[in-house]
Amino acid sequence: MSELYDRLREAIVDERPVALATVIEGHNAGAKLVVEPDGYVLGTLGHPELDRIVSRDAVGELAAGRTGVRHYGAEGQARETDVSVFIESFSPPPIMLVFGAVDFTAALARAGKLLGFNVIVADARSVFATVKRFPMADRVMVAWPDEVFDHYGDRLGPHDAVCILTHDPKFDVPAVQRAVATDVGYIGVMGSRRTHATRLERLHEVGVDQKGIDRLMAPIGLDIGSRTPEETAISVCAEIIANRTGHAAPSLRDSEGPIHRPPAEG
Amino acid sequence: MKEILADLNTWRAEGRQVALARVVNVEGSGPRDPGAAMAVSDNGDVIGSVSGGCVEGAVVAEALDILETGERRMVSFGYSDDEAFAVGLTCGGTIHLFIEPLDW
Repeated sequence: MSELYDRLREAIVDERPVALATVIEGHNAGAKLVVEPDGYVLGTLGHPELDRIVSRDAVGELAAGRTGVRHYGAEGQARETDVSVFIESFSPPPIMLVFGAVDFTAALARAGKLLGFNVIVADARSVFATVKRFPMADRVMVAWPDEVFDHYGDRLGPHDAVCILTHDPKFDVPAVQRAVATDVGYIGVMGSRRTHATRLERLHEVGVDQKGIDRLMAPIGLDIGSRTPEETAISVCAEIIANRTGHAAPSLRDSEGPIHRPPAEG
Repeated sequence: MKEILADLNTWRAEGRQVALARVVNVEGSGPRDPGAAMAVSDNGDVIGSVSGGCVEGAVVAEALDILETGERRMVSFGYSDDEAFAVGLTCGGTIHLFIEPLDW
């Protein structure tokens, strides 16, 4: 009786991608398929051909992270509307990699959780990278950037984010190097404009090309006059959203002058 | 639906009858995207949400009716002069919900 629900729930809890297709109008309303990316299908919509077409479409929708209604003929025909099927994609949460166990990290990890990210905090210094300091993170790694990217690099895509907060060239140069080699949607790097200018020289030296440099949001965050770690975390998260949606927002990268300036009079 | 799974499980473990309402389509301006879900138990408890609070009350009434009759159906809410829309969305959009017993 609850085989479909259990299969769906199990995949969601295990953070594996899964799609649920439900007939919402037409013959067999309520009939369902649970579809997994490898082609595994549970359930039936009432006709094998309709099952085949809808499960194929569900795999595509799942890959694109889309949720919506599609229409079919009773036997899966395209351009017919006998049956409306709601295909719902459940994707694992996006990943936020935060490099550097600094003051700003705890606030950013909290804000990242608020947005639904799977937050991983990494720092090579075992004294600082502790679960006790970052209880809100899903994982705290005592590791160099290479190790972190060996583990997560292939999984990063347009909805994921890398935030490099170390201010330390021996950590942030390799982190940027590995980040630009992934498909990650957002790369933010903390530091003053001067720090970033020196960093750019080092990045050129290790062979990061202009295309890679252009992906960096540095200084990290929107130019909203944030000062505290919490305000900075909000400005970074807002920049991540703007970056993903393509909406206009004033990034610090695109402005000039001091990052922290006194509030405007008035 | 992700965010209501834990509560759904508790309800199921307690043997409650549950109706699940999911947003399947939004026209115009709508507060929540397709996939937003809300569940109602047979004693009227509610988890999740499908709008900014505009239509939740009406969805509960529909859900309880569906639990009684066992008939799954589409329900729409929107801005309209039509009397069928007893409850409206202040944002001016229309949302289409699929409400069904969680018997699968």
